[in-house]
Amino acid sequence: MTDNNTDADTTLATPIAPPGPLREFWSYFSENRGAVAGFYVFLLFLFIAIFAPLLAPHSPSEQFRDFLLQPPVWEEGGSWAFPLGTDPLGRDMVSRLLHGARYSFFIGVVVVSLATFFGVGIGVIAGFSPRWIDTLIMRLMDIVLSFPSLLLALVLVAILGPSLINAMIAISVVLQPHFVRLTRAAVMTERTKDYVTAAQVAGASTARVMFKTVLPNCLGPIIVQAALSFSTAVLDAAALGFLGMGAQPPTPEWGTMLAESREFILRAWWVVTLPGLCILITVLAINLMGDGLRDALDPKLKRS
Amino acid sequence: MSQVLQNQMDKRQAENKQVAKKPILIARDLKRHYEVGGGMFSKSSTVRALDGASFTLTPGRTLAVVGESGCGKSTLARVVTMIEQATEGALEIEGDAIGEKLAQGNKELRAKVQIVFQDPYGSLNPRQSIGKTLMEPLLINRPDISAKERETRARDMIAMVGLREEHFDRYPHMFSGGQRQRIAVARALMLDPKILVLDEPVSALDLSIQSQILNLLVDLQDRLDLAYLFISHDLSVVRHFADDVMVMYLGKPVEQGSMETVFSQPRHPYTKALLSATPVADPTRKSKRIKLSGELPSPMNLPQGCAFNPRCWRASEKCRSTRPVLTGAGDGAGTDLGDHLAACFHPLEDED
Amino acid sequence: MSLLEIRNLTVEFRTASGLFRAVDSVDVTVENGDLLAIVGESGSGKSVSMLAVMGLLPWTANITADKMEFDGHDLRSLSAKARRQIVGKDISMIFQEPMSSLNPCFNVGYQIKETLRIHMGMGRRERHTRAVELMTQVGIPDPEKRLSAFPHQMSGGMSQRVMIAMALACKPKLLIADEPTTALDVTIQAQILDLLTDLQETTDMALILITHDMGVVAETVDRVMVQYAGQRVEEQMVDKLFANPHHPYTTALLAALPERAQSRHLPTIPGVVPGQFDRPQGCLFSPRCQFADARCKSQPPGRAGQELGSVLCHYPLVDGAPLNKEAS
Repeated sequence: MTDNNTDADTTLATPIAPPGPLREFWSYFSENRGAVAGFYVFLLFLFIAIFAPLLAPHSPSEQFRDFLLQPPVWEEGGSWAFPLGTDPLGRDMVSRLLHGARYSFFIGVVVVSLATFFGVGIGVIAGFSPRWIDTLIMRLMDIVLSFPSLLLALVLVAILGPSLINAMIAISVVLQPHFVRLTRAAVMTERTKDYVTAAQVAGASTARVMFKTVLPNCLGPIIVQAALSFSTAVLDAAALGFLGMGAQPPTPEWGTMLAESREFILRAWWVVTLPGLCILITVLAINLMGDGLRDALDPKLKRS
Repeated sequence: MSQVLQNQMDKRQAENKQVAKKPILIARDLKRHYEVGGGMFSKSSTVRALDGASFTLTPGRTLAVVGESGCGKSTLARVVTMIEQATEGALEIEGDAIGEKLAQGNKELRAKVQIVFQDPYGSLNPRQSIGKTLMEPLLINRPDISAKERETRARDMIAMVGLREEHFDRYPHMFSGGQRQRIAVARALMLDPKILVLDEPVSALDLSIQSQILNLLVDLQDRLDLAYLFISHDLSVVRHFADDVMVMYLGKPVEQGSMETVFSQPRHPYTKALLSATPVADPTRKSKRIKLSGELPSPMNLPQGCAFNPRCWRASEKCRSTRPVLTGAGDGAGTDLGDHLAACFHPLEDED
Repeated sequence: MSLLEIRNLTVEFRTASGLFRAVDSVDVTVENGDLLAIVGESGSGKSVSMLAVMGLLPWTANITADKMEFDGHDLRSLSAKARRQIVGKDISMIFQEPMSSLNPCFNVGYQIKETLRIHMGMGRRERHTRAVELMTQVGIPDPEKRLSAFPHQMSGGMSQRVMIAMALACKPKLLIADEPTTALDVTIQAQILDLLTDLQETTDMALILITHDMGVVAETVDRVMVQYAGQRVEEQMVDKLFANPHHPYTTALLAALPERAQSRHLPTIPGVVPGQFDRPQGCLFSPRCQFADARCKSQPPGRAGQELGSVLCHYPLVDGAPLNKEAS
């Protein structure tokens, strides 16, 4: 026992630098294995989205009229020219799916940026404004939240006209109240802290206190929400595409691809299953990653 | 103990005789009331968090405000620091009345009073490096100062409060409580204030760190001729640190005077009880604690007459009906107490 | 046989950046009716060792001890179920924050009676009588009415009294009070400390008071154990400790008390308590100690005899001067 003690003492005595914030973050994040797996899938997704034109063997819209509905390579009648087969118009599935990743990623980034920007802005204002403005904003958000999100998005797209851009705007509008609520709650807890008062005593203007002092300290939960919204955006965009209200054919967007080939589900399973699988894997990976982020960034779950 | 007290008394009296300084801050009958409740179905009621405090602060001297939780000492700190406006009363700094001026966002006036908070962990912005924290007040208030000059001043201040050069670029989470409190003091001093409000600056710190910070504050006061408003519930720290004392109970000062007289001859029963309840680190001293029965009354529902009467062992009929005022006449004793003020109908005599 | 006997207790926490030793081979012995204080600054591990006894540490803690016995039960080998029968009944604990120690969803009476139901198996009426009796014992006025009060309706002092009533419910043999008055005002603190010592005298229960306040220690307890950075550095009877501390840390700590100040400048202890990453070799106090020499910095000190307060120091102080210094 005593021997063990002295041993431990000497190892402890060697100076170990306290971990930096990034290392600490990673050590919490990597405790969740699902999150790490999700993170790698997300990286792959990102890689494909960026380099899709280089990776794809064919153009996503080129129609090979001689090879309509060719099955994947491992099925009878498949060939290496089209590893995952072709769709009813003879377009290469692999190329379309790879390009689809591009659209999904684009949708995710735009929607999350829009929703975060406006949601956080409104949330910070609500958190600092007098009670009646705060109430007004929050009741408005409650009204938006009280609609089923997809239905509201559908209505918005119906008003704006079906297109990918309009679908993205609609989804951002639907997602943004979550950010408002979250930011407002975080701001309310932070603004009573002494360092905020200290900034006020130093003469900082309200705008400075709002965006320079308080906001950076509320980012943790907002990042988590943004990650989880990313998957919602991908999913909702696919759903709108499937309903014909999102990206229009021949855009190789996964949801639109699903809708286009719905009638072939019994004859050629791959044209429906593969885009669906892509959506599933992407959304699952991002959600897993989001959970890991929450573990690492949410102060309430943090162990010291 | 009393010998030590005597020494300190002599020393300070000698100092005070040399220069009788003009007060830098004059507060007259400061009040701060809050409306609470007042929802859709309930009537709002008024909490008199601070209900009439008058005092002066002088450069180089420390006024300690003592009292238990809910006595209004933190509200007083927030009013003096201009974080909140007084509901009533006048606050004057170097002859400038605060009130309308504050509404116009007078930064110069604000820069003269700075504050150090109790909790060193909550008072520093976790996302700001120490250098940025220190330079921020200059950036906001003194746009005429160049970025280079700002950095020089911040680095000088780091040295002045006893931190090291390399701490400049570090973040608050890398510091211990005592070091953070040094940073908080440094930030408060960046604008060359005349008055420092110290809201329980050492009560969250360990004993060995507490003495370091108290020494730092003493040094800075001597060097910069600062006026301190020192808020504390720890009477042993106050006894060491303060020149004048104001004892508060439920929003009102009940006794006011120089530290020596208040601690050696308390007039108000509450002061006496507070002193006797403070534990003394001497096992040989057999304490004769005055046991106060009962708890603090709710500030929303104050008792009639003297607020202390339900817990006071000297309370009479008069105490239950009429509110005593803070006076130096020393009513019951029949002697003039001079600068030593107490709000009591039956002040304690020397032998009590 | 002692009531509580702990030998060589070490608690280590697994953190994101390696092991952190919070308690370092601590011995505690408590007899029936003892009144012991464990004093230390934050990070000294004073609460952690007692939480280990209660089995209340999180799963990230590694607890090792050569001996950990309470009233004849070996706490190390006890199953969770058997431990629950002792903890809360024979050992009780009260905490610093009375307001958050009570469950805000239930009224006070329910919470006191719950303890009685689980540990004593009392009937409904019996429980009520005992609850009223306990509330009276801890000095709560109008106990019948207060039983149906909810925690938010009570002040901090009252909540702490309720906590004490709950802790006393099963007539424990040992009460551990972890900073019971730190969150309270001085006048209330005086009431609670008087209550605790009165109860300790009348019921012959042992009381361990964990605190950082030297004033409270001096006025309340018989025996004091000083902890520094997880180690037990000194243990003495209270009057001897204040009159003639043997460890340089205790000496420096007492000198830093504002009420003992000789001048406007207080004596200080330079530096800070070592943390996870700057644990010194040799004596843990050596970087801050005014008497430390090369030997202190390289070798961990041994324990001195009982007449020297069992201090963990190479050169124990006697009347403020280090002993054996010349010999080295």
